[in-house]
Amino acid sequence: MTTVSEEMRQLGYELSAQFADNFLGSREDRGELTLWVLPPVWREAARFLRDAGYNHLSDLTAVDYLDRDPRFDLMAIMASHVKCDFVRLKTVLGLGEPVDSLVPVWTGSNWFEREIYDLFGIEFQDHPDLKRILLPADYQGHPLRKDYPVTGPAGSRFR
Amino acid sequence: MELVTPGDGGEQQQQQQQQQMLYSSDSFFPPQGRTSGFGFVTTTLSKVVDLLGADKYIRLARKHSVWPALFGLACCAIEMMATSGSRFDISRFGAEVFRASPRQSDLMIVAGRVSIKMAPVLRQIYDQMPDPKWVISMGACASCGGVFNNYAIVQGVDKIVPVDVYVAGCPPTPEALITAFNMLQEKIEHGIPPGVSPAVAHAENPNLVRLDMASIAPYPG
Repeated sequence: MTTVSEEMRQLGYELSAQFADNFLGSREDRGELTLWVLPPVWREAARFLRDAGYNHLSDLTAVDYLDRDPRFDLMAIMASHVKCDFVRLKTVLGLGEPVDSLVPVWTGSNWFEREIYDLFGIEFQDHPDLKRILLPADYQGHPLRKDYPVTGPAGSRFR
Repeated sequence: MELVTPGDGGEQQQQQQQQQMLYSSDSFFPPQGRTSGFGFVTTTLSKVVDLLGADKYIRLARKHSVWPALFGLACCAIEMMATSGSRFDISRFGAEVFRASPRQSDLMIVAGRVSIKMAPVLRQIYDQMPDPKWVISMGACASCGGVFNNYAIVQGVDKIVPVDVYVAGCPPTPEALITAFNMLQEKIEHGIPPGVSPAVAHAENPNLVRLDMASIAPYPG
């Protein structure tokens, strides 16, 4: 499957019409559709796609583009068990900029968001239990940021 | 046995410094060091046993009934399981009874990379094991961090607990683990205290440690 189906394209148009000013753009690549929105409508866009049939939150993660101005990409992959297809929803976030939690839409996004908070330091508003999930509770820093030294800060424990 | 004269403070201090270096006291959880050292030899009972010449047989019994604690942390644990399985069969050396409780174990085989979050847990389980207790650091990750030279992994389990035998490999073969276990048995047989290098133990207490010098000589080419 190397092209995006007409049905998915239609979905993209509908989303852009729904969130007119907050819709950033879309991209088709190798049969995969990516939709960009601005942070204020992050949750509503996700809810829109869920109600359109993409019922399963497959992945939720972030990317750090260190030199870009809105530094982080927040990315959700949503799969549809009915259409056997998936769509990617993205938003851009600056350093220290909070974003709405997706827990009201998918309860399962709870731990994904805790992981992103742990490793990237992105804060999620309305998250029921936002704390570190992988690293020790007293850990300082967010290691998956590109400006974090891979071997940890100098003088850290057990080195 | 050479006695340190009271006036000879400098040498004593030097010895203390050496000991501190040996047990890397700058780590977050300082190893127990001396308390588990010659404890079992210096108790009154052991002295009596020593006089009777029975310590040799106690060591022999101890050597052939080492019970390891289950401490599989990563892929090395698969090799550890294979070692206890019928093909390699560590029960030939009396160590087949892997215990799920530290209270019933003598040996901790740290099999895998130790994350910083796991470090306090590992130290607590080590502390819960009754004396005398030994540690085998299995594989590159447990010994020095291995490929995981990053923020999350402890760069060598000897920063948390004193280690008796290090096993090279990624992961080590069951044969390598069995060889390490045999080396540990040699240490036990010669009365070398846990967490102490054989050469150091011999230099400090030449009368207590009956050391076959061949056992600490490097392997021939």
